[in-house]
Amino acid sequence: MAFTEKDVRYVADLAHLELTEDEVKKYLPQLDSILQYVDKLNELDTTAVEPMAQVTYPGSENASFRADEAHKNFTQDQALANAPEQGAGSFKVPSVIERED
Amino acid sequence: MDFTTLSISQIRELLKSRQVTAVEIAEAHLTQIEEKDKEVRAYLSLCPERALAQAKKVDESIAAGEALAPLAGVPVAVKDVILTRGTRTTCASQILESFVAPYDATAVQRLENAGAVILGKTNCDEFAMGSSTENSSFFPTRNPRDLTRVPGGSSGGSAAAVAANLATVALGSDTGGSIRQPSAFCDIVGMMGTYGRVSRYGLVAFASSLDHIGPFGRSVSDVARVLQVIAGPDPLDSTCAALPVDDYVGALNRDIRGTRVGVPTEFLKGLNPDIGGNIQKGIDLLAKLDCQIVPISLPHTDYAIGCYYIICTAEASSNLARYDGVRYGFRSTEHDDLQDMYRKSRNLGFGAEVKRRIMLGTYVLSSGYYDAYYLKGQKVRTLITRDFTEAFDEVDVIVTPTSPIPPFRLGEKVDDPLQMYLADIYTVTASLAGIPGISVPCGKTPSEPRLPVGMQILANHFDEARLLRVADAFEKAGGFGIS
Repeated sequence: MAFTEKDVRYVADLAHLELTEDEVKKYLPQLDSILQYVDKLNELDTTAVEPMAQVTYPGSENASFRADEAHKNFTQDQALANAPEQGAGSFKVPSVIERED
Repeated sequence: MDFTTLSISQIRELLKSRQVTAVEIAEAHLTQIEEKDKEVRAYLSLCPERALAQAKKVDESIAAGEALAPLAGVPVAVKDVILTRGTRTTCASQILESFVAPYDATAVQRLENAGAVILGKTNCDEFAMGSSTENSSFFPTRNPRDLTRVPGGSSGGSAAAVAANLATVALGSDTGGSIRQPSAFCDIVGMMGTYGRVSRYGLVAFASSLDHIGPFGRSVSDVARVLQVIAGPDPLDSTCAALPVDDYVGALNRDIRGTRVGVPTEFLKGLNPDIGGNIQKGIDLLAKLDCQIVPISLPHTDYAIGCYYIICTAEASSNLARYDGVRYGFRSTEHDDLQDMYRKSRNLGFGAEVKRRIMLGTYVLSSGYYDAYYLKGQKVRTLITRDFTEAFDEVDVIVTPTSPIPPFRLGEKVDDPLQMYLADIYTVTASLAGIPGISVPCGKTPSEPRLPVGMQILANHFDEARLLRVADAFEKAGGFGIS
C-alpha cells in the first residue's frame, strides 16, 4: 500500500480537516484505491504535451472584460448577514493576538 | 385539466387563449408537490410566496395585453447549489444549512425576467459531489420511476422534480455528468451547453474549469427553450463566452438527413447488454432518419476517469477552502483558537464524500505530488480534448450511452466510491473537453424491472443548435419509447 495513515493525517492537516481515528481508518483504503487507479495515467507519455487549464472560446484575449465602471454592490449589513458571529461591522473570530497587560 | 403535465408550448397556448392563469398553474404545482413530494423528496425548500407573486405579475402582464414572455408562467425547480436571493441555498450541506443567498444567480434572474416561476430549491449530492443524491446531508431523493432506486446525481432532485411533474423544467449543474446522468436515470431530457455558454454567476463553485448550469425538461423542446433564455454573455462572469447565441428553438422540427453521427468504438466495448442493446436501437433509428453512422475512435477514453478525478478534486479542494466558519456557514461552538475553529467547523460541517474529495485534491496539489498528479492530469486532458477535436473533423455529433448502468437501489453503491466514480465514464470525457452534451430517454432495459436508459449526444464547441436538432428529431421519431 503506497498511501499510509500518516499521509491521510498529513493531507487532512493541509486541508484544515480534523479527522477522528475512525475516519483515518475509513479513508485510507478508499483514498489508496483511488490513487492507485489514477496511476493508470502514467501509462501515457506526455512529455511533449502541453497542459490545459480549461477550454477557452475563440475571441480576443480580453473579450470577456467588462467596462471598468463602479457599480452598486452589497451593503456592509448584507455582507455580514450570514456571519456566524459579527460585531462592530466586522466578522468576529477567536482572538489571534495575545494581549500584553 | 392537469396543469402539471403541460409542456412550455402548451402553457403558452393556454395562457394566450386565457384558458388558464399563471397563478392556477403555479398553485397546481404547489398542490402536487404537497401530495407527491413526501415520497420523492425532490425539494429541499419551497418559495411559494415568490412563486405566486411572480405568477401574478405574469397574469397582470397578460391582462394588460403585453406580449407573452418566452417562459411566461413556466414553473421551474432550481438545484440548491444555485443562488436565489432571500431564500436558503444550502448545497445540501450542513455547512451551509442556514445560508440565505444575498443575490440571484444570473441564470435565475434571466428565467424570472422571461416570466418563469421559481417554485423552490431541489436536493442534490452535497456540493454536487456524487452520482446518486445519497450524499445529501439532509435526506436522499427517490427515483419517481421506481421509488426503491436513486434518481442519479448530483442534480437528482431537479431531475426527479421534472420526472414527477413537480415542475415543468428545472435548472441543474453539471461538472462531470450531474445533469445528464440523472436525466437518464429519471427518463427525461437534460443538457449541458458548451463550457462558458451559460453564466455561472451565482453557482456555488465546485470545479471551476468544469462547472456548468443547464436545463432539465420532459422534451427536447422545453430544454431548448430554457437554454435559449439562460445562454449568452454575462458581464458578471468572465468565463462566460462573449459569443452570440444561436436560435435553439428554431433548430427544432427540422430534418437531420445527412448528419454524420460518430459512434466511438471504445465506448461500447464491454458495455452492459441491457444498456448497449437500446443504444444500438437508438443508433439504428438515427440511421433510418438518413443520418450517416460513422465508427470513430476516442483512444484516450480509458484515462478520462483518472484525469477527471485529479482535476475536479484539485479544484474542489481550492474552492471549498472558503468554508471556514468565518464569513458564512456553520461554525463549531467549541474550539481553542482560530486554527482549531477552522478545523472543527470544517470537519463537522462537511460530509464524507466532500472530505474525501478535498483530501484527494489537496494531495494531488501538494508539494512533491503536483507534477505527478495535477500536471499529469492537465496534460492528459489535452489528449482527451484532442480526441474530440479530431473526431469532429469527421462527424457532426457523437452518440454514446449516458450511463453504463441503469438506476441502482438506494444504499447499493454508497460504500465504494471508486465504483461510483467509474460509472461516470461517458459523461466526464465531454466535460473535460468542454463540449456540449444532452441526454435523452432511449427506451427501457429489456429485462425486468424495466428501467430507463439514456442516450447521450455530443457536439462540437458552441454547436448546441445542431445537438438540439438531432435530439429533437430523435424524440419526434419515437426514440424515447424505443423497444
